[in-house]
Amino acid sequence: MQAPEIYARLEKQFAGRVGDFKGDVLEPYLSVDASNIVDVCRFLRDGADLNFQVLSDQTAIDWPKEEKIQLVYHLYSYVQHHQIVLKVDLSRDNPRINTVEGLWKVANWFEREIFDLFGVVFDGHTDLRRILLPEDWVGHPLRKDYIEQEEYDGISTQRAPLVEKLLR
Amino acid sequence: MEQTAQDQSTGLYTEDMTLSVGPQHPSTHGVLRFVVKTDGEVISEALPDVGYLHRSIEKIGEKVTWHGYVPYTDRADYLAAMFANQAFCMAAEKLAGTEVTRRGEFCRVIACELNRLASHLISVGTFGQDIGAMTPFVHALRERETINNLMEEICGARLTYNYVRIGGVGYDILPETCARILEFLDHFEPIVDEFNRLLSGNKIFIERLAGVAVISKEEALSYNLVGPNLRACGIKWDIRRDIPYSVYPELEFDVPIGTGQVGVVGDSYDRYWVRIRELHESCNILRQCLKMMPKGPAIAKVARKFRPPVGECYARVEAPRGDMGFYVLSDGSEYPYRVRIRTGSYTAMSIIDKLSKGIMVADLVALIGSLDVDAPEIDR
Amino acid sequence: MKPLINSLPETVFTTKVDDLLNWGRASSQWYMLFGLACCAIELMQTGGPRADLDRFGAVPRATPRQSDLMIVAGTLTYKMAKRTKLLYDQMPDPKYVISMGSCANCGGLFQLAYSVCKGVDKIVPVDVYVPGCPPRPEALTEGLLRIQDKMMREKWLVRSKPRDEAALEA
Repeated sequence: MQAPEIYARLEKQFAGRVGDFKGDVLEPYLSVDASNIVDVCRFLRDGADLNFQVLSDQTAIDWPKEEKIQLVYHLYSYVQHHQIVLKVDLSRDNPRINTVEGLWKVANWFEREIFDLFGVVFDGHTDLRRILLPEDWVGHPLRKDYIEQEEYDGISTQRAPLVEKLLR
Repeated sequence: MEQTAQDQSTGLYTEDMTLSVGPQHPSTHGVLRFVVKTDGEVISEALPDVGYLHRSIEKIGEKVTWHGYVPYTDRADYLAAMFANQAFCMAAEKLAGTEVTRRGEFCRVIACELNRLASHLISVGTFGQDIGAMTPFVHALRERETINNLMEEICGARLTYNYVRIGGVGYDILPETCARILEFLDHFEPIVDEFNRLLSGNKIFIERLAGVAVISKEEALSYNLVGPNLRACGIKWDIRRDIPYSVYPELEFDVPIGTGQVGVVGDSYDRYWVRIRELHESCNILRQCLKMMPKGPAIAKVARKFRPPVGECYARVEAPRGDMGFYVLSDGSEYPYRVRIRTGSYTAMSIIDKLSKGIMVADLVALIGSLDVDAPEIDR
Repeated sequence: MKPLINSLPETVFTTKVDDLLNWGRASSQWYMLFGLACCAIELMQTGGPRADLDRFGAVPRATPRQSDLMIVAGTLTYKMAKRTKLLYDQMPDPKYVISMGSCANCGGLFQLAYSVCKGVDKIVPVDVYVPGCPPRPEALTEGLLRIQDKMMREKWLVRSKPRDEAALEA
């Protein structure tokens, strides 16, 4: 099934609650509201002929100019050989969204990474704590306005002066 | 301080101990740590603790140019560096609409399949060493030395290649190198049979692995296992066959899946056996490529200041540890806006907690080895 | 009376105590497997069949309590730094550290990273730096031979200065 057909099925099911569809780009995507994400995902996973059994990737992008953090879900179906991309916009000050861990178990680790690096809080997650960085790290590094701390655990983060000039 | 169930029958007071396996441990495949709660033999919980090799490769993607990011992709999985290079370059080329030369595509496939051989050799070698067989590991390293020599002839480096560039490959493969690759293949295929006699048919090896840590199809899909781990559960899914890229549509190869020949479908032996069969398939692909290689330039003309148009792109390749995906976002400038690397080992780690309840400590080592997890892929 | 040297040629040889002790130590450096990243693979290859480290007497040990050489192979992150210091402290004296690869020397190509420690010498004192990304097995073997040279220059029988000062003068 191509992406426009999937969007048509979703529109029929969730009349009006599903957002815009952008089909003329390399990776057609569908904007979904944060409150509907779990229902939409459940329909995509269980719907006949849709069978999105696999959450291929879940990540986030920081847009400081538009004051939002955008979550991106890549869903794939091995049976039907089709894919869809969902995007959810969250506010940058207090990004919260429901977890999809109940639908795909792999979301547990994907969401922990997003929490660690971006600061997005997932409601209903069984074990939301930092995964890649030490437990006592301050800040969320993949945000665009992240400033490195002077030292960690007694080790200074100072670099050679030539490199300091290259840092953007 | 909990009393375990057996205490109530004997009246003895015991408690579980918390062991920290790693981060420096000979069998954790890089710096991984497991916090294991066990009563000495049977595990009640094994929580993975990762991040000891988090080198912030995704953040660096926003600070260096498109061409300059290719060496960093090498380090995203150093055992399968060609695949990461290729996935990034494919994503950048799809964004910009650059066409790769035909000879460049063949060079890419040859280099990648050689790298797959090297990666699977390390994988089965260290797996044997974890189970206790020290000798096959040294045999695997010896074969890997020849592959390293070939890679050095092709691109100048033994481990982190920086060979696949945007638009093609960095250097052309010379005819002498092609002849040496054929010689190596003629020498290598009988060695795999020798390896099998040492390891795969070994009774102790089979006893340790048959029926251990079985993963069902539904679990594999829910936890998003990819690559040989997924194929061992019986699902025939290979990116080279199902979402074909490069010149794979013109090549003939088989996709091995697990059949549970010594135990249950989806156990540790199946995951190991799929990798051994993939060694044979890679040799097959290499022979076909060397025969079909056309003449022409190895790299297309790409601007030095590479500025793809605004947009995003997701490119996948079939790396030795599964489907490696690069999701790149461009805002029209010389520097990417966001690079996201999605690797197979990250999701494979998430299943260890669930599978490790009730197995023994020695089986945990077999499980980690059979899933072929790799620290740089997890932590990036 | 005749000098002792060369009077019993086939069964006795004379040397200094320091030389004998140092020769014994240098010919059996047991290194701790501290492979963190890509350089760990090259460390394994160096211990493998072609560029063999075992011919120098260097055997890999998994535990720090039985090793006297720590080869830090790979990138050191801040999360790992505390454990590195712990492992270094667990090694018995006299101990040596080889920093293998660019990442361990100075942070390598990860200068722009927020989580990488720029050099293992911020955590432990290093004796020999082996450059490369990753260093070839021949380079690591040269590093091992330099540690052997360093060991041969040490004095044990008559020690007037503490070990670190004597090493600095050598």
